Amino acid sequence: MATTIMPPPAPKKVNRVGLEQADYKGNKSTLCAGCGHNAISERIIEACFELGVEPYRVAKLSGIGCSSKSPAYFLRASHGFNAVHGRMPSVATGTVLTNRTIMALGVSGDGDTASIGIGQFVHLMRRNLPCVYIIEDNGCYGLTKGQFSATADLGSKLKTGVVNDLPPIDTCALAIQLGATYVARSFSGDKKQLLALLEGALVHRGTAMLDVISPCVSFNDHEGSTKSYSYVKDHDEPLSDVSFIPYFEDITVDYAPGTAAEITLHDGSRLVLKKLRSDYDPHNKAEALRLLTASHDTGNLVTGLFYIDTERPNFIDLLNLVDAPLATLPESRTRPPKSVLDEVMDSLR
Amino acid sequence: MTATSGPGISLMAEFVGLGYYTEVPVVIFDVERVGPSTGLPTRTAQGDILKNALLSHGDTKHLMLIPCSTEECFSMAVEAFDLAEEFQTPVFVMSDLDLGMNNWMADGFDYPSKPMARGKVLSAEDLDRLGGFDRYKDVDGDGIGYRTLPGTKHPKAGFLTRGSGHNEQAIYSERPEVYVGNMDRLAHKFETARSRLPKPEIQDAKGAEVGVLAYGTTHWAIVEALDQLRKEQGVTAGYCRVRAFPISLEVFDFIHRHRRVYVVEQNRDAQMLSLLRMEVDAADAGRLRSVLHYNGLPVDARSVTDAIVAQEARN
Ligand SMILES: Cc1ncc(C[n+]2csc(CCOP(=O)(O)OP(=O)(O)O)c2C)c(N)n1
Ligand code: SF4
Ligand SMILES: [Mg+2]
Repeated sequence: MATTIMPPPAPKKVNRVGLEQADYKGNKSTLCAGCGHNAISERIIEACFELGVEPYRVAKLSGIGCSSKSPAYFLRASHGFNAVHGRMPSVATGTVLTNRTIMALGVSGDGDTASIGIGQFVHLMRRNLPCVYIIEDNGCYGLTKGQFSATADLGSKLKTGVVNDLPPIDTCALAIQLGATYVARSFSGDKKQLLALLEGALVHRGTAMLDVISPCVSFNDHEGSTKSYSYVKDHDEPLSDVSFIPYFEDITVDYAPGTAAEITLHDGSRLVLKKLRSDYDPHNKAEALRLLTASHDTGNLVTGLFYIDTERPNFIDLLNLVDAPLATLPESRTRPPKSVLDEVMDSLR
Repeated sequence: MTATSGPGISLMAEFVGLGYYTEVPVVIFDVERVGPSTGLPTRTAQGDILKNALLSHGDTKHLMLIPCSTEECFSMAVEAFDLAEEFQTPVFVMSDLDLGMNNWMADGFDYPSKPMARGKVLSAEDLDRLGGFDRYKDVDGDGIGYRTLPGTKHPKAGFLTRGSGHNEQAIYSERPEVYVGNMDRLAHKFETARSRLPKPEIQDAKGAEVGVLAYGTTHWAIVEALDQLRKEQGVTAGYCRVRAFPISLEVFDFIHRHRRVYVVEQNRDAQMLSLLRMEVDAADAGRLRSVLHYNGLPVDARSVTDAIVAQEARN
């Protein structure tokens, strides 16, 4: 009897640290099928795989909301901390200060960030703490059944017909104004742009704030909503075509000189912005704020990297912290000797 | 570690509940001042004892250390860090404005005699040996699980800390038996802590019918009041200074040994008395009396002595 010889299975693709993409997955998502947040998790998995991020070096952090549940759905092998509503920034700060070798990857929602968490958010931006801060922005409180959030656009409509009559908080404008050093907006459905922006954010050494429009298919994906798939597809106006080139992949990209800007990131990786708009310079704070203000008036959703500053010292640099994780310091470095206590006591006698 | 006073603790109550349920070590100094709300922010009180004991929503309870002097603030700070890491839970150190903001004479602080306790933390080598671990499993029967620190280089080190229901593997779960098992383990851990906390300071007086029970800075008024009672009234009373919550069993024995126990404290609602009542034998509860001082000034011996004498006269 003839036997069929099976061809050997194709070798699995591994990255520079020897891991497969599957190693970056998490538990099965319990979010609604089609939720924009799931697509963002997918891109995070891809970005970490492509960059060869070591999962043990990542801390996944979040607040409360559907978006904040998502750290369970990527990077299974990493530590994670699901904080209280709106207060992931303080946990992120503690995490990074106690161990500066950790990459803090924060996921928040527009409700989590722009309402209850706005106080913590603004101080995180101002400190330029090295971390990635993603807002999965659906313009509503998905987890509590779709009430308007503070990023909902003026005049946008809830499923129930309620119209939002308050202006939105533009988290990107706020972040730029306050001192975040990598600020971008993208769309959960734009695989290429989101992946490039995430990769750039992961190697940036300062606060990288990404506002990702992420439609809530259950409560905010209907006509009248400005954060729905169809609205964003029609109104998305990419600032530039972004490509990310990791430092270990020194391939030349084809772009016509004069139409692209190249940004070198902290680890030597590069972001290449192919210009769709003439003369947009992401190093210019005033221009970034002007662009965002103008886009509010036209109702167009501008996406891309608005602002980057690779020079400003981050919070860790300012604090002049030791390199070693604090928990690994021997007692001789964390408890001053008896002579020091005696000296203090003597000085008070 | 953070140092604050009542309003800061009220503000952060949700985080303290998270710390309890996710089992995160943290030390919180509460320099108690007069409430409610902004109250008398420049005056002293012992008004946060009951609130901190049970702070946050759901079934929560927390360890508290209660210093009476600057020396004890120092030694209990050291102890609080050890306890927080050993028991993986928030620990309050209950100072007050009198102690925290006034000048005090002190003999000087003693250098810690023990190395720092870091509790049950697994390293990458431990994980190699064990092949993995379950974050919230009671391996040793004391209610305390093992943890790993972020950044531990091992594929089995990571877990997601969450304030929602979780099983022994730290995975989300709403199963009734998982929730109950976890809550019961936390209660057991709290019991384990009871005998590990600073013991009460007890001065027994032979054959005394009257006992005085106090805590924190109230101590200094009691020392003098005990003298006044003896000299002026011929009453020799026993004295118990509570130094921690959960309350040591020795305190309940002290209550049992005395006919009448005056619980002296600096708040309106007899907060420590309420905590004692929650746990004391029903037969002994009737022995508890209350002496309260809550005008914002540090309690003085005369007020205590007079209040005890007045209540004794009614016996
Ligand atoms: C202190 C507190 N207030 C309110 C809530 C209830 N709550 C849970 S999620 C949520 C809003 C979440 O919205 P968002 O951050 O936009 O997340 P989404 O579900 O839309 O992804 C609210 C108000 C809470 N958990 N805690
Ligand atoms: S309710 Fe909305 S935000 Fe939440 S999982 Fe469903 S689609 Fe996503
Ligand atoms: Mg939302």
